[in-house]
Amino acid sequence: MLTIAGRSFRSRLFTGTGKFASAQVMRTALEASGSEMVTVALRRVDLHDPGDDIMRLLDRERFFFLPNTSGARDAAEAIRLAHLARAAGGTNWLKLEVTPDPRTLLPDPVETLKATEELVREGFVVLPYINADPILALRLQDVGAAAVMPLGSPIGTNLGLQTRLLVAIIIEQARVPVVVDAGLGAPSHVAEAMEMGADAVLVNTAIAVAGEPVKMAEAFARAVEAGRMAFEAGLGAQRAGAEASSPLAGLDFLRPEPSPEPSIDA
Amino acid sequence: MLETPPLMLPEFSVLQARLALCSREEAEAALARPQRTLSDLAALLSPAADHLLGEMAAASARITRQRFGRVIQLYAPLYLSSYCSNRCLYCGFSADNEIPRRALSLAEAEAEAAILEQRGFAHLLLVSGEAPAKMDVDFLAALAARLRGRFASVSIEVQPLATAEYARLFAAGITGVAVYQETYDREIYATLHPAGLKRDFARRLDTPARAATAGMREVGIGALLGLSDWRAEGLALGLHLAWLRKNFWRTGLTVSFPRLRPAPGQFKPLQPVGEAELSRLLFALRLFDPDVGLVLSTREEERYRNGMVGLGPTRYSAGSCTVPGGYGGYDEAGGAAGEQFAVGDLRSLDEVAAMIRQRGFDPVRKDWDPVFQEIATTDKELKEDFAHG
Repeated sequence: MLTIAGRSFRSRLFTGTGKFASAQVMRTALEASGSEMVTVALRRVDLHDPGDDIMRLLDRERFFFLPNTSGARDAAEAIRLAHLARAAGGTNWLKLEVTPDPRTLLPDPVETLKATEELVREGFVVLPYINADPILALRLQDVGAAAVMPLGSPIGTNLGLQTRLLVAIIIEQARVPVVVDAGLGAPSHVAEAMEMGADAVLVNTAIAVAGEPVKMAEAFARAVEAGRMAFEAGLGAQRAGAEASSPLAGLDFLRPEPSPEPSIDA
Repeated sequence: MLETPPLMLPEFSVLQARLALCSREEAEAALARPQRTLSDLAALLSPAADHLLGEMAAASARITRQRFGRVIQLYAPLYLSSYCSNRCLYCGFSADNEIPRRALSLAEAEAEAAILEQRGFAHLLLVSGEAPAKMDVDFLAALAARLRGRFASVSIEVQPLATAEYARLFAAGITGVAVYQETYDREIYATLHPAGLKRDFARRLDTPARAATAGMREVGIGALLGLSDWRAEGLALGLHLAWLRKNFWRTGLTVSFPRLRPAPGQFKPLQPVGEAELSRLLFALRLFDPDVGLVLSTREEERYRNGMVGLGPTRYSAGSCTVPGGYGGYDEAGGAAGEQFAVGDLRSLDEVAAMIRQRGFDPVRKDWDPVFQEIATTDKELKEDFAHG
């Protein structure tokens, strides 16, 4: 079972609430996904309004809401949004997104590190969205990030795990869960990330804009499970080429048996 | 801040049981994988992989060349003191051995270093027995202050210290710490270290982490081969290495493979380790961790060190003398008296460098520079810094 900051999740598929054709479709799709962690843009919901579509339709028993700072351009803006979420009686959990470029929505590493450091100090459980930069991932863990969320490819592109090599390094070095976020456009993409050992994935666009979002949500759920099972089962090696053909080639200098230790008096 | 989780080192018998479970299929699969887990390391160390030595050598050579290039770094040990309060049954410096003992003065140590500098060494490893009254942190800091401008790097292999002491030495110009567990077998450890500060297995095990916490750029671990089951020692080294990597990502790591040599006290290896086993251990760790520095010292013989060039080790010592003051000819009349152990390769730095070059590799004498580090001007200043927190 996946545990982040002491909270356990049965499903390793995290989802989002954006881009759905209607709140009703969103609800059905998220329920079909089996997801237990749903990220919600703070700028999009009215946390004070019980009549807000998202807040009203999603069962709080079933879904854990992870507010995100989507839209923040620097650390100061992200921190203000975080304070807002906490003040609204929400949660101290936060998906930290700092994206100064409105075109690519790529995360700003410097501001993200600054904001994480400050928010952790203030007692937030911070899950920063980052480029697949292993050193940044380590620096964020050093300052207390509860998980790291590297992108598979730029958000909304559906291009899959273009950052595979770097995500693999992040996973190998991680001391906290790694959630691959953004760019995962097909169930095969999330299966790939899970097979590599990612702890979870976050998928929003690919479900929201699918021809049949509910069916697609289930497809992603199964792919996450399949990928995780394969990781746990241990994948067979892909053999690139054979090593030395002769078993002891180049080792003829070795003494064959444990060497007799000469006496000190000799 | 994230707490560092403790190193969970299983009992030695558990490691041995794990090794016994490995199959030939697992060993062959482990060899074929592009990256290897601790289970793969176990498989490669287990008897099930005994037939794979040649293939492991080839894989180790390929990985080492890819990661480090055709390069071998050279260094020399400088023995500072043979006084020791420990009674390690296998060690020439054991308090129980009646040998002529010596602790160098600052001036004597500096003179020894000058000889090594003149012979062409740029990387120095300061070595001492554990007798803080004879060789303490003040001495090491003062010596570092005298040496740091003249050597590319100065490391230490002395008694385990506290984090604050390592931090002080780092500030004084020491950049690396080597501390070997000797054996990861707690039972054997207890019988071999009947007295002295070294009795405390857990404190020693935690020492590399303290050095890394203090900011040391490089930390070396190792097991003394010949004390217990080399396969399980290898698996424990892998565990220790992986834990250090995970928790101290800024620290460079090395592993040494000291094999028991004849030493005063006539200790016989409890479980002799042959050259094939030593090589196997080295190859397995290279396959497990492509980035780790692997050290092959002059404990090993000329023939073996020649053959191993390019197969995995990245660092060789040369021209070593294991008596304090030995480079300057102290004790020439006494021969081997007062040695920690007898060296197996007596060649000079130039001879070892020539051999490495002849085998198509570059013997690198300087691979660091003191300019990386801002140094406090005097050790007095350092102490004041510490006094003020």
